[in-house]
Amino acid sequence: MNILEKDLSTKKTTREAFGDEVVKLGKEDRNIYVVDADIAKSCKTMKFAKELPEQHVNVGIAEQNAAGLAAGLSTTGKVPFVSTYAVFGSLRMSEQIRQEVCYPKLNVKVACSHGGLTPASDGGSHQAVEDMGIYRSMPNMTVIMGSDYYSTRKLVEQAAEIYGPVYLRFTRGAIPVIYDENEEFEIGKAKKLHEGKDIAIIANGDAVHLAIEATKELEKLGISVKLLDMHTIKPIDREAVVECLELGQIITVEDHNILNGLGSAVSEVAAEEGKGKVKRIGIQDQFGESAPYEKLLELNGITIENIVNTANDLVGVKV
Amino acid sequence: MTALNIEELKEKAIEMRKTVVTMVHKAQSGHPGGSLSAADLMTALYFKEMNIDPNNPDWEDRDRFVLSKGHVCPILYSALALRGYVPYEKVYALREYGSPFQGHPDMKKCPGVDISTGSLGQGLSTAVGMALAGKRDKENYRVFSLLGDGECQEGQIWEAVQSAVKYQLDNLVVFVDFNNLQIDGTCDEIMPLQDIEKKFETFGFETKRIDGHSMEKVVEMLDEIRDVKNGKPKCVVLDTVKGRGVSYMENVVDWHGAAPNDEQLEKAIVDIEGGLK
Repeated sequence: MNILEKDLSTKKTTREAFGDEVVKLGKEDRNIYVVDADIAKSCKTMKFAKELPEQHVNVGIAEQNAAGLAAGLSTTGKVPFVSTYAVFGSLRMSEQIRQEVCYPKLNVKVACSHGGLTPASDGGSHQAVEDMGIYRSMPNMTVIMGSDYYSTRKLVEQAAEIYGPVYLRFTRGAIPVIYDENEEFEIGKAKKLHEGKDIAIIANGDAVHLAIEATKELEKLGISVKLLDMHTIKPIDREAVVECLELGQIITVEDHNILNGLGSAVSEVAAEEGKGKVKRIGIQDQFGESAPYEKLLELNGITIENIVNTANDLVGVKV
Repeated sequence: MTALNIEELKEKAIEMRKTVVTMVHKAQSGHPGGSLSAADLMTALYFKEMNIDPNNPDWEDRDRFVLSKGHVCPILYSALALRGYVPYEKVYALREYGSPFQGHPDMKKCPGVDISTGSLGQGLSTAVGMALAGKRDKENYRVFSLLGDGECQEGQIWEAVQSAVKYQLDNLVVFVDFNNLQIDGTCDEIMPLQDIEKKFETFGFETKRIDGHSMEKVVEMLDEIRDVKNGKPKCVVLDTVKGRGVSYMENVVDWHGAAPNDEQLEKAIVDIEGGLK
């Protein structure tokens, strides 16, 4: 179906997608574990804790131990999902994940809610602006953010299937449901949402629905947009980026620092290929603060309007 | 392998210590001090206590060992080489390119290493994870972990300790190699550990404190705790001497991470062969 005609009014958080999917996985495979650090309710893993207590561990407010304990579990064949907020999952347990998971390439998944600016009212201390960049720097790590409820479920399922460390990032708040329940996803393969010939927009996570809305506007203005959902930023789908570079210009959109996230990953490919121009829309290398989520996006230019204007500037059509 | 008796273990501990100084001398780097203080315990574990099979290092029912103080890997490598996990000649390749004997233990490169370690404070959490899996799966294996005393200054140790108690991991045995020296000086000078045994006890561990260089005491302790299934993890504080067995290394902080030269190696071998019989 044409994504531009899809009704995007149904909204769900992607942390719920994780919570629902991991219960399903845990019932199918008794080696699936969830390791919580006191915020199971908020991370939507309470259902797992209640229904599968023998596969659940709660270490309390002790993220470093959560990571190490998960590493130990994995050496016995368990597939643990360590669940916490993105800011803690990428920082408080960062060294433990590096030393005890990435270095020995163990089968541990770091599954984090409250990605990017989505814990908006919690303020800058709780908004993870750099998490995907941190994990993108670690050898052996795969880095993923689904753009809606259904894609997130499929990506969580795939993360359990592949061997090795995976970082998964979810939203605190509800975002539009974009895909049908049965849509298939492959880790490392971008999802093409719209074909176009003037400009490419590559987005991920909670920025994808904004990119869809921007594409609608641009098409109305006569600008033909190729739109990708780059749910996996590592490994980046190089082939898909190269295809976009054929159009000459790419805009990336993400709820993450413009440094070291999707925008950087795409820019690296562009620079190595020696062609195409990349404009990065994302968090402007600054911390957030307590505010409505939409306000925080606006402060960073992560808006439909800014995507449209940036595309216009690049293509050279005056609105 | 039949478990060695006490006299044989004492002989084996000499061989272990000689292997340590030999490999560190060859590499001209590494950590002899803490390796030597842990030598008697490691000998008793690898040549008597642990249920392991060098021909099948990944055997699911094996006992696990986590060297949380990963820098003293020369003593672990000595045990693995002498037990036949890797050919003995590999001890001469410590810290060399392509060697199974990396500067700190690497489970991907060395058979018999149950988890990669090296960053202090982190190993015990992985041991807790292994022990928890064993409990949940009703397996009979045990998990042993060796901590440094200075390492207990890391906060994560106490996170791991409280989780071992919560999950009633009586299949977990934690050893603290209490030689009272760390890189910058004595533990008392750098960051006093207070009564380490009491600390573990207060957290809910069953604890003991013994002379870590008496093979009789070490074996007796291992005999006593072997079948205790009381829902409590165990902690044994071993009073030890850093550099034990090599006269000029004993209690000298500079031998934490230094290699002997040719002359010093000769003297070390003579000391080890002579002093500990």
